[in-house]
Amino acid sequence: MNRIYDLRFTIYDLKSIIISKTRVFVGGSIIIFLLLTAIFAPLIAPYNPKEQNLYEGLNTPDYKHPLGQDRLGRDILSRVIYGSRISLLVGILVVGISSTIGVTIGSISGYIGGKADEIIMRCCDIVLAFPGILLAIAIMSVLGPSLNNVIIALCAMGWVSYTRLIRAQILSLREREFVVAVDSLGGSSSRIILRHLLPNVISPLIVEATFGMAGTIIAEAGLSFLGLGVQPPNPSWGSMLNEGRQFLLIAPHLTIFPGLAIMVTVLGFNFLGDGIRDLMDVKR
Amino acid sequence: MRNYIIKRIFLFFPVVIGVITLVFLIIHLIPGDPVELMLGENAQISDKEKLRTDLGLNKPIIDQYLAFMLNALKGDLGRSIHSQKPVFTTILERFPATLELTLCAILLAVIISLPLGIIAAYRQYSIFDNGSMFLSLLGISMPNFWLGPLLIILFSIMLGWLPVAGRGSISHIILPSITLGTALSSILSRMTRSSMIDSLKEEYVTTARAKGLSENIVVIKHALSNAMIPIITIVGLQSGALLSGAIITETIFSWPGIGRLTIQAINTRDYPLLQGCILIISLSYVVVNLITDILYAYFDPRIKYE
Repeated sequence: MNRIYDLRFTIYDLKSIIISKTRVFVGGSIIIFLLLTAIFAPLIAPYNPKEQNLYEGLNTPDYKHPLGQDRLGRDILSRVIYGSRISLLVGILVVGISSTIGVTIGSISGYIGGKADEIIMRCCDIVLAFPGILLAIAIMSVLGPSLNNVIIALCAMGWVSYTRLIRAQILSLREREFVVAVDSLGGSSSRIILRHLLPNVISPLIVEATFGMAGTIIAEAGLSFLGLGVQPPNPSWGSMLNEGRQFLLIAPHLTIFPGLAIMVTVLGFNFLGDGIRDLMDVKR
Repeated sequence: MRNYIIKRIFLFFPVVIGVITLVFLIIHLIPGDPVELMLGENAQISDKEKLRTDLGLNKPIIDQYLAFMLNALKGDLGRSIHSQKPVFTTILERFPATLELTLCAILLAVIISLPLGIIAAYRQYSIFDNGSMFLSLLGISMPNFWLGPLLIILFSIMLGWLPVAGRGSISHIILPSITLGTALSSILSRMTRSSMIDSLKEEYVTTARAKGLSENIVVIKHALSNAMIPIITIVGLQSGALLSGAIITETIFSWPGIGRLTIQAINTRDYPLLQGCILIISLSYVVVNLITDILYAYFDPRIKYE
């Protein structure tokens, strides 16, 4: 009976590993494709994304413009291609800055503890009291719409998840033998954190950052959709959707393609994050 | 457990004070003159001075902060610059619409996600499981500001079945609820699946099966009832988060709720109204989280709280 159960669980494990690796492969492929698109946008895009042709405004897809043209006759395919630059740039910068802040503060909070930990955690509670992108909306409404301000606003709400993650990891690691051993040998706090604790939190950090990229791209597009993010004529997927909303009745292609680009990108990061998390799951 | 609940309520107040402080700081510590932002650079100096006096912006920042805090705690959020109506009253008028939309979205999400998650867990790694989990990943990845317009294109423009925008009848709420509830439904179905997988591996499930109970009773009565605790928690926590999603959904469907009011306040640079909207949305979120935490403590006797 036990053998049958063992065999069943081995087959389950095998299936699970194959599914996880497939997810990593599919997600990774989408992201590499997008990165290449963003880097080589000037070579790939058939037209200048800001070039207007008012006589051809709202044209439906044809062989010259495979995704059609917007209100001002700009080529949607070129704008979607260039839009990947903004989404990925915002994603990389926000995740990079937020995770750096989160790792620094989370390490201090988790390792030093005491009053510092209490203050940092209460600050996190306050930021977390703003659901979704509400805090970013509030900040953008007073700072004004621009790419730099989008990055500032998203970092202002993004650091918290990394701080809490790193703090929780360090709290569990700091009591482990290898840390106690270095401490008893006279290792400084900074050495313990940098050389011994942080290398052990890299895996969950990678998973969090991957999901963070997905969340940031949606948040940036959401702000641009509300008119609070990247402003026209710059081609942001969110602002393209905002423009398309006015022409749903006569030109749905304005809405369909930028949204599809957002979904595929976010799906890629979610696939990758899911796959990495499952592969790293020690419970299995 | 009583100590935990008291501690949790005790922690609620510093967060409320913190939220009010942060909202005040965001609006008051912005670069530039808020009065100029509201009225524009070319406004008459006398108008600017009048607004400055009305909003109390000529007082020291500490006095402004204390006045704002005390008034906010009393429910006085000032007056809207444009309508001149009290901000709190304006928000209260809009709140039922948002509540209606949020509740419908939650209901829809629960109806879809529970059966999906249960069957996916019961038939782990089957085609159904992989298919439904792929769909839920798609749901999480699909931004509501794209899903909403897509639904309008399909159901309102092409098929003509449902209205494009507005509020009034049941048909008006269907598309906004789907738009708002899809992400929650996706998260919930994944949570239900993982919670049920853990539950189905427990010994009490093996015992129930050994007793000869039917699979339906084993799954529904024994496994699901124990898997419900984390599911209810996620419903609670995510329900609060829907208030933020409502901002975009209400904008798409011209739904007259607090989310649309927030965007209107931004567009008209009505900072007292904006301040009030942000404050009320976040405080509602904090209250929903508090209730969820207390219910969690109440329903899960296994957990000991320090």
